[in-house]
Amino acid sequence: MSMPFYVPPEQQMKDRADFARKGIARGRALVGVQFDQGILLVAENPSSTLRKVSEIYDRIAFAGVGKYNEFDQLRQAGVRAADLTGYQYSRLDVDARSLANQYAQIMGQIFTHDSKPLEVEILVAEVGLTADEDRLFHILYDGTVMDETNFSVLGGDAEAISERMSSNFESGCNLSGALKCALAALAGADRQLSADDLEVATLQRGNGRRCFTRVVDADVASLLA
Amino acid sequence: MMHLFSPDNNPGSSFVNLLTAVGVHAPAPESKIDVPHATTCVALRYADGVLMAGDRRATAGNLISHRGMEKVVQADNYSGVAIAGAAGPAMEMIRLFQLQLEHYEKMEGKQLSLEGKANQLSMMVRGNLPAAMQGLAVVPIFGGFDLLDGTGRLWDYDVTGGRYEEREFVATGSGSLHAGTVVKVGWRTDMGRDAAVALACRSLWEAADADSATGGPDALRGTITSAGWQSVDDAELAGVFQSIASEVQAR
Repeated sequence: MSMPFYVPPEQQMKDRADFARKGIARGRALVGVQFDQGILLVAENPSSTLRKVSEIYDRIAFAGVGKYNEFDQLRQAGVRAADLTGYQYSRLDVDARSLANQYAQIMGQIFTHDSKPLEVEILVAEVGLTADEDRLFHILYDGTVMDETNFSVLGGDAEAISERMSSNFESGCNLSGALKCALAALAGADRQLSADDLEVATLQRGNGRRCFTRVVDADVASLLA
Repeated sequence: MMHLFSPDNNPGSSFVNLLTAVGVHAPAPESKIDVPHATTCVALRYADGVLMAGDRRATAGNLISHRGMEKVVQADNYSGVAIAGAAGPAMEMIRLFQLQLEHYEKMEGKQLSLEGKANQLSMMVRGNLPAAMQGLAVVPIFGGFDLLDGTGRLWDYDVTGGRYEEREFVATGSGSLHAGTVVKVGWRTDMGRDAAVALACRSLWEAADADSATGGPDALRGTITSAGWQSVDDAELAGVFQSIASEVQAR
């Protein structure tokens, strides 16, 4: 029987993190941003059927970048966990913080124990009754959770996009303003993105029980006009 | 608790399968028990869609156990359920059914077809059969607006999950004989909304008059049209029942 080579844990974690980051950097980016009525989610996604942004619960949305099958599996787990909690307790007992923690547990566990880490980053967004209660939980491939304010950027080229967001973002802007800001940040100086290249959804206060709405291409175009 | 399922034990888009997979389910009682029963509901098709109506009374034996039951319940944007039978299991079935429709929509990214929803409810009624044998039968009516063919459609069920699509109207519960007869006599093809509301109210009035388990005026109504689910408000119902009362007095 051959002995496996000793690999120090520092090296092991670094290799895994590099592997996951490489996978994520290949995909296109996504921005979650607050506006006066709630939270806007904008993903660069040429497909109109394979979604990066979806509804989890009444006030909670999910967005993922990286490997599609992996973040879609996480999305389904989130819908199941939320619906089970709502069924066993009450709809009011389902919140983004608890979901984000559960995601962090799963992703951290896979990162350290499985043969391959998940090549995904996810965003769990929750619209509150007031803007102060809006939440953006950004969770990395290794289970690191970040509670972000104003906006959150996921995916390839996130640093550059974050910088552009910081310089353009205005607190309390309306939906159209937030969309223009996100689009400019995603596109950068030397690219043009149109409604067809985007997947857009909102979590909007005062939209009834289910706050999640997809914004169709025609409406995206008119918001950008 | 969050679960990641492997492909071979994945419960799919079904919330009921998920409950089984994670071990949350209520067993049927071992012996016959006496619990509150909800009584009469009717549903009919009219020009713009489907109208569903029910009284508000729940009875346990010869006692009225609840006066404000909501037996006509919105299932999702384009469908509704009306229930008669054991109140507890019926409410639970409706809650599960509403959740199942929403769960499916979120998991799959699209709504079930109306036919699919009707089938889903049929499986739930069949799943309740062991409880039905112990006196906890639930017999729903399902109605909705079919966006594919642009019409309202109606189904009724038996305790074994038998599913029957009705073309005109349906009544269920203890007062269904009287309510059904009134609707049968008054029903016309392409009735307007107001006529449909008046007919449904009249049928429940007569059912309450002849069946002790059906409650009098304090009814609950919902209509489902291409514009989706809408409740008929209390003021309008009060008007309808006042005109029925004055007509009956003059008789």
